Amino acid sequence: MSISDNQLLRFTTAGSVDDGKSTLIGRLLYDSKSIFEDQLEAVESTSKRKGHEGVDLALFTDGLRDEREQGITIDVAYRYFTTPKRKFIIADTPGHIQYTRNMVTGASTANAAIVLVDARHGVIEQTKRHSFIASLLQIPHLIVCINKMDLVDFQEDAYNKILKQFKDFSTKLFVKDVRFIPISALLGDNVVNRSENMDWYKGAPLLHTLETLHISSDINKVDSRFPVQTVLRPQRDGFIDYRGYAGRISSGIFRTGEEVTVLPSGFTSKVKSIEGPAGSVDEAFAPMSISMTLEDDIDIARGDMIVRSNNKPQASQEMEVMLCWLHSNASKPRTKYTVRHTSNEQTAMIKEVIYKIDINSLGREFEDKEMQMNDICKVKLRTVKPLMIDSYKNNRVTGSIILIDESTNETVAAGMIV
Amino acid sequence: MNEYNYSLNYIDELESEAIYILREVWAQFQNPVILFSGGKDSIVVTHLAKKAFYPSKIPFALMHVDTGHNFPETIQFRDDLIKELDARLIVGSVQESIDTGRVAEEKGKNATRNALQITTLLDAIESNKVDCAIGGGRRDEEKARAKERFFSHRDDFGQWDPKNQRPELWNLFNGKYFEGEHFRAFPISNWTEMDVWNYILRENIEIPSLYLAHEREVVWRNESWIPNSEYLILEENEEIVTKQIRFRTLGDITITGGIESDADTVEKVVQEVSAMRQTERGNRTDDKRSETAMEDRKKQGYF
Repeated sequence: MSISDNQLLRFTTAGSVDDGKSTLIGRLLYDSKSIFEDQLEAVESTSKRKGHEGVDLALFTDGLRDEREQGITIDVAYRYFTTPKRKFIIADTPGHIQYTRNMVTGASTANAAIVLVDARHGVIEQTKRHSFIASLLQIPHLIVCINKMDLVDFQEDAYNKILKQFKDFSTKLFVKDVRFIPISALLGDNVVNRSENMDWYKGAPLLHTLETLHISSDINKVDSRFPVQTVLRPQRDGFIDYRGYAGRISSGIFRTGEEVTVLPSGFTSKVKSIEGPAGSVDEAFAPMSISMTLEDDIDIARGDMIVRSNNKPQASQEMEVMLCWLHSNASKPRTKYTVRHTSNEQTAMIKEVIYKIDINSLGREFEDKEMQMNDICKVKLRTVKPLMIDSYKNNRVTGSIILIDESTNETVAAGMIV
Repeated sequence: MNEYNYSLNYIDELESEAIYILREVWAQFQNPVILFSGGKDSIVVTHLAKKAFYPSKIPFALMHVDTGHNFPETIQFRDDLIKELDARLIVGSVQESIDTGRVAEEKGKNATRNALQITTLLDAIESNKVDCAIGGGRRDEEKARAKERFFSHRDDFGQWDPKNQRPELWNLFNGKYFEGEHFRAFPISNWTEMDVWNYILRENIEIPSLYLAHEREVVWRNESWIPNSEYLILEENEEIVTKQIRFRTLGDITITGGIESDADTVEKVVQEVSAMRQTERGNRTDDKRSETAMEDRKKQGYF
């Protein structure tokens, strides 16, 4: 297998400087040799200037000037590294409660989430919050890194205690795959290299775990959904009558000759041809960007969805949604918003806030119904025309929406269809 | 592509992601253009745009901000590509901005036209009523770019506010704007330098010969080899020598440093880049001016 057969894994790390999150990312980059000499020199000289001994690994993920001055992370930052086995994209997000929206953003595209626990403090509210968001956003793999093991003398007891704490609380969560790794980001134990200080731990170090997670089945390969982004009409020699429907397959597989239905019109036809990025193909699957032609001349536009005739999404004008409020302007009752769902755009209204989730206790509040920034609520949403929806649990693409405030054009909320 | 488990390799996934973004730009904006510098990143974006709209021709005009301090090869390459694509070319001229008094030329030995481009770019965007400028920016290039969105909002002064960016979740992009505002879109945000080179190799994409090692006249300055040109003013104890040189990035001829290299084919460049221990922008004096040089320029409306 050559490097070009390698897969891409996106993961998110939530946490604060105190957890050693920046140190962990710095360690991953440094030990996997993803740091360039000029970056290293810059960090070495800053470390020296600040009076640190050795290289402060956290500085590799140092961001914008405002953040450096305040010593915090404001926004989602993306980092990249490659090993001989995989390419990785890290969505590095801040962990404090006021940054829930950033965690949600980073989590939305992730295959895996790393949750950091300080070995001295065990499972705290922040741990629960991060794990809850990973579960809410249906991140398929959760890796709990019990960090700072060096500060508890690398003791197995400390690790086991936290393992139990986490398992007790995580019964409330829905995550398919949870793993635990005792690490010291500062010293490098079990990050890239196996720890010599914890021979009681028989599992793999973090990097090896990331390199071998089974991610091929993270994408729904069953429910074939193809939202049309734009229609290609070249109107030039050889392509006079060509009408290609361009888009990215959300889920499932499409094959030439297969019967498909166009929604919302309900017309059926057969797939005539599929053009992939590398040319004509007989079949294509998520998440490929393709264009498709059909046997019959049907009126199809952006916002329509082509699906397999024997497996359709639900056409619905009313839906329950887990909504994360992203904007500093609170929600206003009975206000109209633009909802964007795949390539479709409709006018929508929040009919009712059913409950709000207390993100620390994970309890439900039924009294306080105004949504402020970082709140997560279950709501009833009504749209002017039907959306072709799946539940987010089954389909992260056709089960997700954003709300846009028509008066400011800002994205104000992100939602997962229940 | 693996036929058995229906999963994409990382290059195919990045390619499909970029094509998706380009189509989304086309669908959401009225008058989008590709910012074309003649550098490898904008060449790759243009190649992806070709694929995204095939068999239609590429629906974007190419906009080039011409500093007047170009490598001659870049201009030749640009004109050939425009002809091949049958696309429209829009040129914003920094020289014109200087002549009309919109900006003033920097003075001194390290003078560049780099910062002046911002005004020319914003003027060209405004006068051509461009509502989305597609760039080849990558998040791995520089720390200020690590927080850039795929769809990046600019206010009516063309400025970027890193603290007030629209959140981007899943693949849902919000390109709504008010009169006078515009967007920048970055389809290859998630690509690294290595990904770009591997893709150029795989797709056999034509690139300017500057990226490949040739014998060139150069002078050693600011820790790299600056090419000889009509704009070069030799300092005392500087000397023009001939070396086997290639460039990792292409900017102004006055500030783009080359490296000594034997990589005279794309294959060899890929090998060389994978063993490289310096970032590609390490040879750009524009980024060396201060620790936050890129952040400051981006806020003002830089690429």
